[in-house]
Amino acid sequence: MCLGVPGQIIAIDDSDRSVAIVEVSSVRRRINLACVLNDAQPPESLVGGWVLVHVGFAMNLIDADEARKTLELLSELQSFADEQGMQEAGIDEIR
Amino acid sequence: MRYVDEFRDPLLARQLLDRIAQRMRSPSLKARLPVRIMEVCGGHTHSIFRYGLESLLPEGIELIHGPGCPVCVLPRERVDDCLAIAAQPDVIFATFGDAMRVPGTQKSLQQARSEGLDIRMVYSPLDALELARKNPSRRIVFFGLGFETTMPSTALTLKQAADEGVSNFFLLCHHITIVPTLKALLDDGDVALDGFIGPGHVSMVIGLEPYAFIARQFQKPFIVSGFEPLDILQSILILLEQLANTEARVENQYTRVVQPAGNRQAQAAVAEVFELRERFVWRGLGEIEHSGVRIRPAYAAFDAERVFDLPAGRGEQGEDVHCGQVLKGLLHPHQCPLFGKVCTPSTPIGALMVSSEGACSACYQYKRTEVL
Ligand code: SF4
Repeated sequence: MCLGVPGQIIAIDDSDRSVAIVEVSSVRRRINLACVLNDAQPPESLVGGWVLVHVGFAMNLIDADEARKTLELLSELQSFADEQGMQEAGIDEIR
Repeated sequence: MRYVDEFRDPLLARQLLDRIAQRMRSPSLKARLPVRIMEVCGGHTHSIFRYGLESLLPEGIELIHGPGCPVCVLPRERVDDCLAIAAQPDVIFATFGDAMRVPGTQKSLQQARSEGLDIRMVYSPLDALELARKNPSRRIVFFGLGFETTMPSTALTLKQAADEGVSNFFLLCHHITIVPTLKALLDDGDVALDGFIGPGHVSMVIGLEPYAFIARQFQKPFIVSGFEPLDILQSILILLEQLANTEARVENQYTRVVQPAGNRQAQAAVAEVFELRERFVWRGLGEIEHSGVRIRPAYAAFDAERVFDLPAGRGEQGEDVHCGQVLKGLLHPHQCPLFGKVCTPSTPIGALMVSSEGACSACYQYKRTEVL
């Protein structure tokens, strides 16, 4: 019940009620955007973006740059570990 | 990017596990084994069992499954309240699926429904409001439960009902708040803990500041984490790094969703509709100060606690002793004498066996799963 699911905003359905069509795990649902709207941005500007959906509400925008950064950091860990593995196996001498 | 599969990559998970194992070999950590980490949120508990993370972690790390599953801490007497309201002939009672199977003193909502009461499962509180619009001659009571993650949606639904003047919609409010309960656990001192994996979706609403005291006053690292396997493993690694350097900070692993200040629109909606209760009862843990919210007087007309007569009896919770110990991390689910014998997901005795986010149910369901 507490688990939010990522979804992509497909279209704005009812601007007055802040309702959008959001695709969540391949299902399109009407989702309330009140928590992710602010006065500075028209709702339409969010179309195409991703939100974290929870019991019919978009609870936060998902930050694509931050997601990428996390994954990059993890991949760096990987290349670091690879190097270490090679060194431990003595492979760097052959290179 | 779809923000799911990318964070389940088995290769990256392996690398993270190697790094964790490497970290565990550092002398400062070796000196303090075992490292006991509480994951606060039921969503994390679910992922940990689903992906078999516990068995993949190196020896010396113990995961303690915390009290962060709202269904698991729902008192029997509260289910009785729901049943008393649902028994009114003009009422349609609506709630989330997870709440349906929690045993009350006599029965669950699901059992009452099969006996003929009009009890409906909804996906969103907005669906309950829609029921009210469509059934003007009935009273629709929505049982709202959950932590700060669900609180804003209930608050916004109530505000919408008020704006539209819907007069046959009511809320039975059982929203709870996790921070006072963490404080109670730490004050209690029963549970030896080295740090926390913090609830990502509660934090996207409340932000990071509410946890500051855990690092400052109790010297425990607190890592706000996402829910995919890579998120949880990375959070464990960050936590171990803090421990190894004898640091204790609140750190945010889930930066793609959680901003340090949380979500202000959501906070504003919650503050407008709800106020703190002096104390609230948690199943298995008893009364905890300031751990729940109720509806503010301005919205009294929608408050099922004021509109309906609720049963007075508030019994002892003797039968849930084992659940309480599991919730506090004093007992592993399979150490409960009822686990898997009398108490199973299809015949739950305690609420921890009901929701897939409950430690006992997750443990039972995924006993043999190792996906990574
Ligand atoms: S097995 Fe059942 S009775 Fe035992 S702790 Fe878990 S939920 Fe409670």
